[in-house]
Amino acid sequence: MSEREFAKGNSDREQSAEFTPLPTASSSDLDVTDLLDAIDLVLEENAEEFVKGFVQKGGQ
Amino acid sequence: MSVRRVMGIESEFGISNPKDSSANPMLLSSQVVNAYGNEVMPNRIRRMRWDYDVESPLRDARGFDMSRADADPSQLTDDDYGLANLVLPNGARYYVDHAHPEYASPEVTNPYDAALWDTAGDRIIERSARLASTLTGELITVYKNNTDGKGVSYGTHENYQVLREVPFNDLVKYLTPFFVTRCVFAGAGRVGLGQDIIEPGFQISQRADFFEAEVGLETTLRRPIINTRDEPHADPDQFRRLHVIIGDANMSQKINYLKMGTTAIVLSMIEAGYLKVDFELYDAVTSMHLVSHDYKFETKQRLRDGSEMSALEIQKHYQESAVRFLAETGETDPMSHDVVQQWGRILNSLENDPMSLVNEVDWITKLSVLNGYRNRDQLLWNDSRLAAIDIQFADLRPDKGLARVLQQKGKMDLLFTEEQVAQAVSHPPEDTRAYFRGTCVAKFIDQVAAASWDSVILDLGPDVPLKRISTPDALGGTARATAELFATSSAAADLLANLKQEHVLS
Repeated sequence: MSEREFAKGNSDREQSAEFTPLPTASSSDLDVTDLLDAIDLVLEENAEEFVKGFVQKGGQ
Repeated sequence: MSVRRVMGIESEFGISNPKDSSANPMLLSSQVVNAYGNEVMPNRIRRMRWDYDVESPLRDARGFDMSRADADPSQLTDDDYGLANLVLPNGARYYVDHAHPEYASPEVTNPYDAALWDTAGDRIIERSARLASTLTGELITVYKNNTDGKGVSYGTHENYQVLREVPFNDLVKYLTPFFVTRCVFAGAGRVGLGQDIIEPGFQISQRADFFEAEVGLETTLRRPIINTRDEPHADPDQFRRLHVIIGDANMSQKINYLKMGTTAIVLSMIEAGYLKVDFELYDAVTSMHLVSHDYKFETKQRLRDGSEMSALEIQKHYQESAVRFLAETGETDPMSHDVVQQWGRILNSLENDPMSLVNEVDWITKLSVLNGYRNRDQLLWNDSRLAAIDIQFADLRPDKGLARVLQQKGKMDLLFTEEQVAQAVSHPPEDTRAYFRGTCVAKFIDQVAAASWDSVILDLGPDVPLKRISTPDALGGTARATAELFATSSAAADLLANLKQEHVLS
């Protein structure tokens, strides 16, 4: 892939000032709304139980 | 001097029964590994064993052995506790280690193959969990990550063959700043700060917070940035095996390739005595944590000489050195140039517009999804949904794992076709001894009593002592060296009769 394909403007970077983290990618990379809708269908329904139940034993 | 050298990746996977968090992880892991073994090697008449003859987990690269009495039980890996322990037709080792299924890829000679046979491991683990779920009637899920977010970590270890003549102190001096900062592109991203998440937030690396020492032998406690375990699995006078334990498990195939490639070229520069500038960090362990926590690239790290450098500046120094190194040594290998060029491109993007790397870099893909949820649903960093996304990113199922879903939607770049990966699931690399090992397993499964990196042990019948074939040379036993041997040996006894030194020594 060329350098140019990755050189993107910063115009999308201001959208989430409220949260101040790095924003999500520009819509040309990732259609965020559609994508989140798709991920919603995949995500575990009871996140709290799921996270609580994910317990591992120590490893290397 | 290139990115090409003998290398491999070994990963411990998270494992869970989502319906029963009290399920015994050693049992789950054994069920998973055995389910796969029974499917791909149904003719196995005996339980294949790992040959521990030459394993020495307490051998220290600094030149002394730890006594077994001084070792924590978790450091003793050379006892067979009766848990599943397989050698696969692709030359990999697949077994249960510390309550996790572990896949140790076959030896390969370059970072592209390292990433390919690592991805093959993902498919093997995923397939295994599916088979075990069917067999047991309980859903068993597997995750390619490195922490449960509750204070526990499990590793993704890289191995590189390195010339023995390089002073170990040179490796420590020149690798430490590189390793402390490598996560800026190789990190897998993590929700929460601290080993057991004492502070909400996001960080670049899964593993960083679990490192507590600069140099040491341990892998399970007081984890060191530079691990001194010294089992070369090769001629010990010529080589050491550098065991790298600081890395994250990568879902991004491209980053996996670049992680292995950049580390390999740094090792080549160290072997050549090319690196001269020593960026000795004032406190490497603290810097490792700070770099991982600094996903907005706002901090600088303090050096021993009193100056300060950012993680990106340190990485750029290594990358620019690599550009000059390739030029000055007249290196023509396209893969080496590709690794170094992509490394530079990614560092530039990290500096100017990190989110432009959303299709490539694990932690940025993950952060982008997390921020999408945070923005849409007004979530704080301590929300369980974000922690769930972090875990599910690494779920290996194609329909449930977020990284895998994104890959199928074309939102995460792929290096390999699924046909390539399937080929690597069932076939060994052709240019290392893994070819000899894997082909022996594929052809003579009911006569392979045991195998290891350094050996294949054949059982020719009840009245014959076991025959141990030593494979001390990682570059021996290749497809080219053994094509005729395997073509003319229809049984294990023929193989033994026809075997010559040149088949296993390069």
